[in-house]
Amino acid sequence: MSRFLELNELKTYFPIFLGTVFRRAAGTVKAVDGIQLDLEKGEILGLVGESGCGKSTLARTVMQLIRNTGGAVYLEGRNLSELNPRQVRAERPNFQMIFQDPYASLNPRMTVHDALAEAIQTRGKLRKAVLTQKIAELLTTVGLPPNQMRRYPHEFSGGQRQRIAIARALAPEPKLIIADEPVSALDVSIQSQIINLLLRLCRERQLTMIFISHDISVVKYISDRIAVMYLGRLMEIGPAAAVVETPLHPYTRALVSAVPIPDPIRERARQRIILQGDPPSPLDPPSGCVFHPRCPYVKEACKRARPALEEKLPQRRAACIRIGEI
Amino acid sequence: MPLLSVENLRTYFYTRAGVVRAVDDVSFLLEPGETLGIVGESGSGKSVTCYSILGLIPQPPGRIMGGRAIFDGVDLLGCDKERLRLIRGKRISMIFQDPMTSLNPYLRVSEQLIEPLLVHEKISRRKALDQAVTSLEEVGIQDAGRRLHFYPHEFSGGMRQRVMIAMALISRPEVLIADEPTTALDVTVQAQILELIKRRQRDLGTAVIFITHDLGVIAAFCREVYVMYAGRIVESAATGEIFARPMHPYNAALQQSIPALHQKGKPLFTIPGLPPDLSKPLPGCPFSPRCTYAEPKCREQAVTLQTMAERHQTACLRYQAGELNDLRAAVGV
Amino acid sequence: MSQTAISFPGARDTGTHAEEAVAGTSLWRDAWYRLQRNKLALSGLVFFLAMTLACGLGPLFTGYTYERTELSLKASAPLQPIIERVGARKAGEPRRDGIALSTLEDEFLDKPEADRQAIAGKIAHGDTYRDSRYTYQLTSRRHLFGTDALGRDLLTRVLVGGRISLAVGFAATLVSVIIGVLWGAVAGFAGGKVDLVLMRVVDVLYALPFTVIVILLMVTFGRNFILLFVAIGAVEWLTMARIVRGQIISLKHQEFVEAAVSLGLSERRIILRHLIPNVLGPVIIYTTLTVPDVMLLEAVLSFLGLGVPPPMSSWGALLDDGARTMETSLWLLLFPALFFSSTLFSLNFLGDGLRDALDPQSSKD
Repeated sequence: MSRFLELNELKTYFPIFLGTVFRRAAGTVKAVDGIQLDLEKGEILGLVGESGCGKSTLARTVMQLIRNTGGAVYLEGRNLSELNPRQVRAERPNFQMIFQDPYASLNPRMTVHDALAEAIQTRGKLRKAVLTQKIAELLTTVGLPPNQMRRYPHEFSGGQRQRIAIARALAPEPKLIIADEPVSALDVSIQSQIINLLLRLCRERQLTMIFISHDISVVKYISDRIAVMYLGRLMEIGPAAAVVETPLHPYTRALVSAVPIPDPIRERARQRIILQGDPPSPLDPPSGCVFHPRCPYVKEACKRARPALEEKLPQRRAACIRIGEI
Repeated sequence: MPLLSVENLRTYFYTRAGVVRAVDDVSFLLEPGETLGIVGESGSGKSVTCYSILGLIPQPPGRIMGGRAIFDGVDLLGCDKERLRLIRGKRISMIFQDPMTSLNPYLRVSEQLIEPLLVHEKISRRKALDQAVTSLEEVGIQDAGRRLHFYPHEFSGGMRQRVMIAMALISRPEVLIADEPTTALDVTVQAQILELIKRRQRDLGTAVIFITHDLGVIAAFCREVYVMYAGRIVESAATGEIFARPMHPYNAALQQSIPALHQKGKPLFTIPGLPPDLSKPLPGCPFSPRCTYAEPKCREQAVTLQTMAERHQTACLRYQAGELNDLRAAVGV
Repeated sequence: MSQTAISFPGARDTGTHAEEAVAGTSLWRDAWYRLQRNKLALSGLVFFLAMTLACGLGPLFTGYTYERTELSLKASAPLQPIIERVGARKAGEPRRDGIALSTLEDEFLDKPEADRQAIAGKIAHGDTYRDSRYTYQLTSRRHLFGTDALGRDLLTRVLVGGRISLAVGFAATLVSVIIGVLWGAVAGFAGGKVDLVLMRVVDVLYALPFTVIVILLMVTFGRNFILLFVAIGAVEWLTMARIVRGQIISLKHQEFVEAAVSLGLSERRIILRHLIPNVLGPVIIYTTLTVPDVMLLEAVLSFLGLGVPPPMSSWGALLDDGARTMETSLWLLLFPALFFSSTLFSLNFLGDGLRDALDPQSSKD
C-alpha cells in the first residue's frame, strides 16, 4: 500500500537570467533540492525553517502551482508531476492551500458568498438554495456567523479573514491542506483561535496537513512530526516533541535554542547557541553540508560530502555526519 | 530620578470613522540604564506611545491631546521643534521594525551613519567616518572599513538591522527606543540582534524601551514590563512578577494562549472575540467584553491603574477589590 | 480549567447576531461614498453630465440650425437687436431675413450720414421704416451668443460642436480602452515572449510622433468622421496598455490569484472574475483623464484644418474660427473656449476625485 502523500527526491530549481537583450543563464537557485518525505493519512507535518529556506516553494511545488524540476509528488499513489495542466486542474480540489496574508489571499471585489460558492462549485454546479445552505454550514464550521456571507473581505478583521480563507480551502472537500504560515500575520490572542480551529478541522475531517511556520513553538504544538528545512534541504525529521526537546542536528539545536521562552525562570536557564552570520544565498550554496559555514561542530569532512538524511534513532532521521560524536 | 517620565499621555487620531483614542492616559517611568518592555497586540497603542514622545506622529490626523513627557527637565511634548530635534537622534534614538524602510536606499551607509555626528557633534568628516567604522565593528560587522561605503540593499536583513543599531547608538544616546526590532527577522538572527542590543546597552549604559508583541522576547530581555491593551496600560510590574503573578485577566489570558507553554492535545486557551473599536467610547474596562471574569461593574465603572504590590500595578477593578487572586491558577495551564 | 469555546467574533460594526443577512458594502460602493464627499469632483461630474445633456438635446430648442447661414447678419454680437428686412422678390412673395442693427447703416450707403443714424435710431425704438424695396422693423428674435461671420447662430454651433467633441472624446477613448486593456492584460498575464513582443510594439509606437500619425491618416484617407475616432483611439491606447500590464503583473502574484489557481479554475474565469475587476479602478481613473486628452487632440487637428469638414462644427473648429476674428468679434472665440475649457476642467476634477475615491491610500484620509 502506498503512502497518502509522498515526495520523492523533489527538486524545484529556478534559472537566473542576466541581461535583457542577450539573455544568458547565470545559474540556478535550488530552492527545493531533493526533498524526500512521506505523510500518512490524517497526519499533521510541521515544516520549519527560516526565510529563504525554500519552505514556501516546497508548498507551492506540492500544490503544483510551480511544477517541479525533478523528482515526483505522489498523492494517493498518483504522480501529480506527470500530469498535464488540464489533468492537474481536475485534481486540484483534492489539495488546497491556506496562505499567510489574510489581506492578500481574498479577492477584494468578491463577497464571502461568491468566493465560497466558486470554491464549492469546483466539485460541480449546485442549485442556489443548496449552495447557500452549504456556504452557511461552512461559515458556521469556521466560526463565523452565516448572516455575514454577503459582506466583502475588507469588512472583516485579520483573524476573521483567515477563517474565511480556511472556509474556502475546505469548500472543495480536499484531502490535503497545505497551510503556509497561516498564523504568522495574526496577533497572539487570534493565533490561538486559528490554531484550535485548524486542529479541530483536521481531526473532524480526517485531513492531512502540512503546516509551515518559522515559529517552532507553534509547530511543536500543532504537528505530529516536524521536518526542519535549511537552504532547500531537509536537515532533520522526527516526532514533534522529540525534535524540539532533544534535537539531533546542530541546526535544529540552534533554531530551538534561539527561541525566547515566555517564562523568565525557564528563559534564564535556556542554553543558547547563537549562530554566526545569515543563511547563505541559495544561488551559491556552500559545498558539502549546506549548514557547515555556520555550524559550531564543523570539521573538514563536512565541507566535502553532502550528508544523507539517515535514520539516527528510531523514527528520527537527520542529515549530519557528526551526530554520534556531539 | 527617572530619566524619562511620561505622564497621562493621550494621542488621538481624527479619522473618517471617528476619533480613534490610540493612546489614552498612559504613564510610565524610565530609569537610567534600565530596560523597559511595552507589550501589546497590534493596535494596542504601544508604538504610537513612543512615536508621540519623539514627535513622530503625523499631524493631522494625529493629535496629542494631553500629557507630558519629561526628559532631563524638558517636556518633549511641549517644547519647540528645534529643542526636540536636538534631543531626538542625539540623546534619544530609535530603531524600527523594518530596517529597509528606515534606511535611505539612495545613500551609502557611511553617509547615513555620520549624519547624526555631523549634525549634533560638529566634528570633522574624517573623524566622523573613523567613528562610523568603529561603530560598525562594535555591532559585529566584519570588514567594516569596506562595507561602510555599501548601499543598504547590499546588506542582508540581519546586517541591515545591525547597521540601524550602529546608527542609533553612534551618538551614544541615553535612551534607545526599539520598536519590534526583531519581528521581521528569523529566529537565529533575532537571537544575534537581541544579544547585540544587550551587549551594547551594557557597554554604553543606555536605557532601552523595547516595544514588542512577543512575551518571549520580553522574558528574555526586559526588567520592567508594561502591558497595553486598547490604548491603555492594563498592568505593569517587574518581568518576573508579570509572569509569576499576573494581576490583570488580559495579561493572564495572553500568556495562556501561547502555544509554547501548552501541552499537546489540549486545545489552546483562547481569548474570545476581538479587540474593541477605539473610535467608539469605551465606558469601563476595555477588556471587559472579552474577559472571563467581567461583572456588570467592569463595563460601567471607569478603571484606573492602581498599585497592588511593590511596583506592581493593575487596572482590573475586580483584582483591586480583592475578588480575584491567583489568575494564573484560575486560567489553568 | 475554564476553557472558552470559540465564539462568533461578530462583524466589526454591527455586533448583531441576528438571523437576517447583513449586506456588505463593496469597494465600488465605498468609492462612490468617498466620491460623493468630494465636492469638487461631484460638481465636476454634475457639470459634465449637464454639459453632455445640453449638447445632446440643446440644439433642438435653440430655434436655429447649425448650418443655416444669414449672410446679411454677418458677425453680430451676442443679444444684439436684429432687424427684419421684408421685401418683395420678382414673383411678388415677401422675403424675410435679418440684419444686425450695427450693419443697418450699410444698407443706405447713398444717404447722408445724419439720415442714416436717424433711421437706425427710429427702428431701434420700434418704428417701422419703409423704402422702395424693403420694409425694416425690429424683431423679438435674438442670438444669445451672437452669430458667426456667416450669420449662423453661435449657441447652436457651440452645442452641436460639443456633440462632436464629446463624441470624439468618448468614442476614441472607448477604442483606446478596449485595445489598451486587452493588449495589456494579455501581455501581463501571458508573460514571457508574448509579453516581450507586445510591449516592444508599444515601445515602438510610443517613439513615433503620434500627432503626425493621425495627421498622416487624415490626409491619406480624407476627413472622415469615423476615421477620426479610430485614428485618435488607436494612438491613445499605449499608456493604457502599460498601466493594465503593470497592474496585471502585480496582481498575478497576489495570493488570492494563487488561491484561484489552486481551486482549479479556468484561466478565462481567473482573468474575468479575479484579475479584470481588480484593474478596473486604475482603468476608470485613466479613462477620465484620457477623454480630455482626446478632446484636446481633436481640437489640435481641427485647428490644423484636419478635423470635421464644414459646415459641421466642433469645439476645435470653432476655436479655430474664433481665433481668426479675435480682434473684431471676440465672442466667437470666447464662448467655444469657455465651454471647452470648463468641460476639460470638470473632467479633470472628476478624474482626480475618482483617483482619491478608488485608491484611498494615495490620498491622506
